Amino acid sequence: MKLSDLTQHAGEWLRGSGPRSEVVISSRIRLARNVAGFNFLSRCTRHQRQVLEQKVRQTILDASLAPQTLYVDLEQAPEVDRQLLVERHLISKPHAAAEGARGVAIGKDETVSIMVNEEDHLRIQVLRSGLQLQEAWDQINKVDDQLESKLDFSFNPRFGYLTACPTNVGTGIRVSVMLHLPALKLTGEIEKVFRAAKDLKLAVRGLYGEGTEATGDFYQISNQSTLGRSEDEIIEDFGDSIIPKIIDYEHHARKTLISEKGVALDDKVSRALGLLRSARLMATDETLLLLSHLRMGVHMGRVKDVDLGTINELFLLTQPAHLQKIQGKKLEGDVRRAARADYIRARLNGH
Amino acid sequence: MKCENCNKTATVHLTEIKGGKKYEKHLCEQCAAAAEGLPVKSHMPINELLTNFVMAHSGLPAKEQSLTCEHCGITWAEFRQNGLLGCPNDYVAFEKELTPLLARAHDGATHHVGKQPTRRGGSGVPMKRHVDIARLRKDLQKAIEAEDYEKAAKLRDQIKEAEG
Repeated sequence: MKLSDLTQHAGEWLRGSGPRSEVVISSRIRLARNVAGFNFLSRCTRHQRQVLEQKVRQTILDASLAPQTLYVDLEQAPEVDRQLLVERHLISKPHAAAEGARGVAIGKDETVSIMVNEEDHLRIQVLRSGLQLQEAWDQINKVDDQLESKLDFSFNPRFGYLTACPTNVGTGIRVSVMLHLPALKLTGEIEKVFRAAKDLKLAVRGLYGEGTEATGDFYQISNQSTLGRSEDEIIEDFGDSIIPKIIDYEHHARKTLISEKGVALDDKVSRALGLLRSARLMATDETLLLLSHLRMGVHMGRVKDVDLGTINELFLLTQPAHLQKIQGKKLEGDVRRAARADYIRARLNGH
Repeated sequence: MKCENCNKTATVHLTEIKGGKKYEKHLCEQCAAAAEGLPVKSHMPINELLTNFVMAHSGLPAKEQSLTCEHCGITWAEFRQNGLLGCPNDYVAFEKELTPLLARAHDGATHHVGKQPTRRGGSGVPMKRHVDIARLRKDLQKAIEAEDYEKAAKLRDQIKEAEG
């Protein structure tokens, strides 16, 4: 598998067919692990960092975690490739921007990625479409077991898995669910969700995690505490009670919109579709917002002739690095916005 | 020597040359500042002043500030500044200081519950997987409540085995 193959399709997590996909875009679990006998990265020399990267890279490739694992050396990779990996949620923004020996291993269907030398020596991640936390946990637990049979992870009976930042210590688990909440946004009730999440000690973030703004009504909700509760308890809490409540809340808002503001709703959705089908210049943020409204319209049965798979692919493939990879050249400013608009028009008008 | 103005101890000594004549003045700090508008020299050495300033802003006693991990050399103050630890040994070296911080970050919890590695770090020696007995007991309780006796029996056996 080559990196450029990724631009031919959307990853498994954007299939749009997972459970509760009308609200839940994806479920993600990540585990933070460090190799025993090494300092954390903040206190590693350049050489130690390289030794670690080599060691972990070799272990991952030997373990053949997924057939056709692709390993990307991020120290060598051009910026557009690193950006592409961020857009696909396979690496974090800080990992793309960092310096020194580091990389990422990606499984064939893109459900598994392992960041090497991010904030911790290993950040194992599983990303799946819809609400599939249990499945994601089963998968990541196996990957962790496999790596653990070859690597000694830093572990302490009291503090659990030791991590560079104490906010990740213990299980090292971060469970994140990406939600599409356009109706709660339109009815002005989204603030209530934020407040409730805060009371439950959960973090609400934008599309690309920490430090990013919510764009196009997409919100990522994650657990903050990683110590004192088992992985199963954290996942159960999330998947069985918190997320279903937010989904119900969004459904309720969608029903209210249809019964009380039907025309205004259809106007919003139709305008979105009209713009997407006709505009000649399209910026990233505007695209996200319009696609968000269109996605809502499709799910609420207000738009019949656009399928969800197309919308999901447009979300991914219209982002800056994807567009440039598809066209095979650097695109900037209006040229990029024009290329984006052309691409969207072609897909939505059935060309 | 007393202050010429107020009889307190004089700590500021000035020598002025006016019209070829030498005048000496001996004043206390307050009078020097008030009468002469002079900048008052502090008796506090500058490094002490700075340390106090840093303390006041970080809220850390000096003893904690200078705590150092003997393995990686990181100090507690450095950790507080950037939020990242230097090595696994920091969890031992700073255990006392980290505990309240962990409790704040993790909803009061200070002990790990959950998965354990099969090999203990560094040794390369396989470790018998520790079974989380508390978790099994909880599951057993749930199974009994749900009247799932088949599952309950299995869990009971697992607990027995884990307890050795």
